[in-house]
Amino acid sequence: MRLDNFGLGLAKGMALTLKHVLARKPITTQYPEERLANSRRHRGPELIWVPTKCTGCATCATSCPQGNIEMITSVSTHNSWHVEKYEVDHGRCMFCGLCVEACPFDALYMGRGYERATNNRNQLVLSKEMLQMAPDRQPSGYFRPDVEADLPLQTLLVYGQRKEKET
Amino acid sequence: MDWGHWVFYAIVLFAFVLNFVMAFIYIERRGIGRFQIRMGPNRAGPFGVLQPVADGIKIMFKEDIVPEAADRWVHALAPVVAFFPAMLVFAAIPLQEGAGLVPDLNIGILYILAISSVSTVGVFMAGWSSSNKYSLMGAMRTIAQMVSYEVPLILSLVAVVLVAGSLSLTEIVKSQHIPFALLMPLAFIIYFIAALAELNRTPFDLLEAESEIVAGYHTEYSGMKFAMFYLGEYAYAVAISSIAAIVFLGGWKGPLLPPFLWFFIKLVSMFVVIIWLRSTFPRVRVDQLMGLAWKFLLPLALINIFVVAVELQVWPQLPWGVVVINFAIAGVLILLWSRLFKLGGGRVAA
Repeated sequence: MRLDNFGLGLAKGMALTLKHVLARKPITTQYPEERLANSRRHRGPELIWVPTKCTGCATCATSCPQGNIEMITSVSTHNSWHVEKYEVDHGRCMFCGLCVEACPFDALYMGRGYERATNNRNQLVLSKEMLQMAPDRQPSGYFRPDVEADLPLQTLLVYGQRKEKET
Repeated sequence: MDWGHWVFYAIVLFAFVLNFVMAFIYIERRGIGRFQIRMGPNRAGPFGVLQPVADGIKIMFKEDIVPEAADRWVHALAPVVAFFPAMLVFAAIPLQEGAGLVPDLNIGILYILAISSVSTVGVFMAGWSSSNKYSLMGAMRTIAQMVSYEVPLILSLVAVVLVAGSLSLTEIVKSQHIPFALLMPLAFIIYFIAALAELNRTPFDLLEAESEIVAGYHTEYSGMKFAMFYLGEYAYAVAISSIAAIVFLGGWKGPLLPPFLWFFIKLVSMFVVIIWLRSTFPRVRVDQLMGLAWKFLLPLALINIFVVAVELQVWPQLPWGVVVINFAIAGVLILLWSRLFKLGGGRVAA
């Protein structure tokens, strides 16, 4: 005879929810004040471009499936290109990360941001200056293991604050 | 009773109901949050206590939309018909001895049961007049549910009336030397389950099952009309909890604290249990709902009346020993009936 069919099952359920009230802290976070660390290899908006490493080869522009990246270069001194225009339309970007993977000089990174809403589509088109690294524009570890190693571990709410194994 | 009494207690009862409705909305939202390991609303005011106020202000400024094919008059009247019976119930509820609009109404329980049935009409009017299939289905479910569950609800209160020997709520409280929840556990359980169904709360909230029929009867309501339904629902929750506190938990009786405070404590603790059930159980199916009313609660309520009547004949004073006997009887009956209780001729899992 299984007592679960005679009302014990109901009592078990009630005990579980009571345990939630008495013994467990809220699993949710208070968003604007508390923030969780997202994935270290987050392919987020927006791209981060490092002009000192960039040679102007335009591999990123050719690898982009959307044709989003526009690069115009001119001949510079010391046998190099000068990047005159570098523009990415994030309104059409699908964050596939192919440009980052294609860059032979590690001059392009995916971003770690997630509060990038704008009121206007034009504001999503970022120019050379806006694409550079800034305090609120930090690179993600996507395809860049050296960056990834320095980033904090992702907070996994489902497991509480269980320690992840370092490999 | 002079005019001063009427005016004073009308104001006191309105304040009582509206304040408890606000408190219940807050307790429910915070409580469910904690039961589900969330925080609940905590932005409006300290610990979110102003959340019901914010909700109220928001809902007052909402546009009042009436569907084009709606029956306008019925659509406008339905929230009123659903809300006012819930308020009228409080006329007969004593907050403590002698404190109430008609605190010692000699047909108290009968009046409350009769008046509270009227709000079903309002719900049906809402469902019918919206000319929306989901509204109508929600309303039809309500009728089926309310009519079914009123039977065990009233039968469980009949046992109480047998013991108390009066329909007046004041007399019922006075006759509780042992709280009736202990003396008649079975009646209390039946009353509580039936009251949950009458309130249309989870696990019996089939009429507004959002996964099936959008929001049931109030799908087409917005603004103040929706607020009336919402207020009515919670006012009815206050009413059901107060009746449970008065009839089964000994009303305002209690040591040390002032009597009305005891009443409020019992009232709120009843509502907390309702929230606890809501946050724990999933919604029942329609056949389970009907089966529970007619095959489980009704026979148990009838047996309970019989048992109480026999006990009254044997021990007219009802000593403490009866509590033990009644708990044993309740346990055995619930076990037996869980076994006998089958749905769909035994072909459907209960």
